[in-house]
Amino acid sequence: MYQRLPEPGGMPIPFTLDGRRLEGRAGDTVAAALLAAGVETCRTSAVGGAPRAPYCMMGVCFECLVTIDGVGNRQGCLVPLQAGMAVETQLGHGKRELAR
Amino acid sequence: MQNDYDFAVVGGGLVGAAVAYGLGKRGLKVLMLDEGDVAKRASRGNFALVWVQSKGLGMPRYATWTRASSDHWPGFAAELREVAGFDLAYRRPGGFHLVLSQDELERRAASIQRLHNQDEVEPYHIEVLDGDEIRRRLPEAGPEVAGGTYCALDGDVNSLKLFRAMHAGFVRNGGSYRNGALVDRIEAGDGGYRLVTPDGAHTADRVVLAAGLDNPRLGAMVGLDVPVRPLRGQVIVTEKTAPFLDMPLSTIRQTDEGGVMIGDSQEEADDHDVMRPGINAVMADRAVRMFPRLGRLNVVRTWSALRVYSRDGFPIYEESPSHPGAYVVTCHSGVTLAAAHSQILAGKLADGGLTSDFDDFSARRFHVSAAS
Ligand code: FES
Repeated sequence: MYQRLPEPGGMPIPFTLDGRRLEGRAGDTVAAALLAAGVETCRTSAVGGAPRAPYCMMGVCFECLVTIDGVGNRQGCLVPLQAGMAVETQLGHGKRELAR
Repeated sequence: MQNDYDFAVVGGGLVGAAVAYGLGKRGLKVLMLDEGDVAKRASRGNFALVWVQSKGLGMPRYATWTRASSDHWPGFAAELREVAGFDLAYRRPGGFHLVLSQDELERRAASIQRLHNQDEVEPYHIEVLDGDEIRRRLPEAGPEVAGGTYCALDGDVNSLKLFRAMHAGFVRNGGSYRNGALVDRIEAGDGGYRLVTPDGAHTADRVVLAAGLDNPRLGAMVGLDVPVRPLRGQVIVTEKTAPFLDMPLSTIRQTDEGGVMIGDSQEEADDHDVMRPGINAVMADRAVRMFPRLGRLNVVRTWSALRVYSRDGFPIYEESPSHPGAYVVTCHSGVTLAAAHSQILAGKLADGGLTSDFDDFSARRFHVSAAS
């Protein structure tokens, strides 16, 4: 899986994934922190149910969708990681659609 | 003079690709000249419907032509899957047009009645349904839906795959495709045409202009008057969501990949690359009132495109009176008519030219006052 470059990284940033405590680094996006933590599947696709993971890391492929602090289908690669974020994978069909 | 090609098709959008593919599969040597991604591709504004209901009021021949294309679609889709090697997600489950008020429903029913009162239109069944019947058939439809119309002939396709399949099939059948090939000049020569592009000139026995909004400029080079103008259409697409709508509507459809397209605005326009948020707001609002669950989805993209409209909205198919072997092919519904263009129209062109049953589509129809 992915490894960080052997440079002195930024400050550790704690967050949770599906309630599990994980740690990223300052400067990570949510998607980068998930990949660095060894997460292989962040969601399943809405129609076919296939496992997906962050891919382009630049906002175009929409593979990196996760629920962040209760908001579904956010692009993890476009959201800077913040301390205390509650990130949830979206497994099973589609996102959890929140009432508006 | 020996020309490089039997046919040069100018335009690589849905219309040009359908004609070029149809000519190529009949064994002709065909060149497709495409301006490329900088072009004001009308195809980008497509809504991917293969649509019959409500088309042809004012020109019965267009109603029958649309119907013929829709009837050719199943075979066309199967053929493209074979030649391109992937499926187009074509389906024909019938389609709905929904309305949000009683008044809209009455106007809709009256216009369909007038369409079918035209003599030459072979009647096909369109059901006019009230709101409760719509909700029975489309359980996700919301309480504001006042009714709608249903026609079993309607369907849709994944238009990106259609586009790719026609291009792939064209090349696979031996066609030559040039990108970045905006045609600067067309010169009529001995027994053919010379088309000058930035990368050099090509010669062909015959030429088909399928360049959308560029057809007026190109047509003038070969004695064709092509009165088309741009109409802006806007499309909204949502994030992918679990399948909930298994048949297309005139303004809302869920693609085989899960995204929901909302569309079909039309406004007079000549500026490219412009988007009117107010129009999107109306489209989105109507869509959410039709299917409340759409209100919980994120929009991932919206875009606009300049679609091609002739003066009466119907296609123009014509051979130049002064330049034999030079044709114009232009229409508004490049997806619906792709089957007719490839399977019927290209066959006529390959066999020598447009037969008299295409006279109704000639641009001469715009010159009546001069003639009478
Ligand atoms: S990884 Fe491609 S959009 Fe996020």
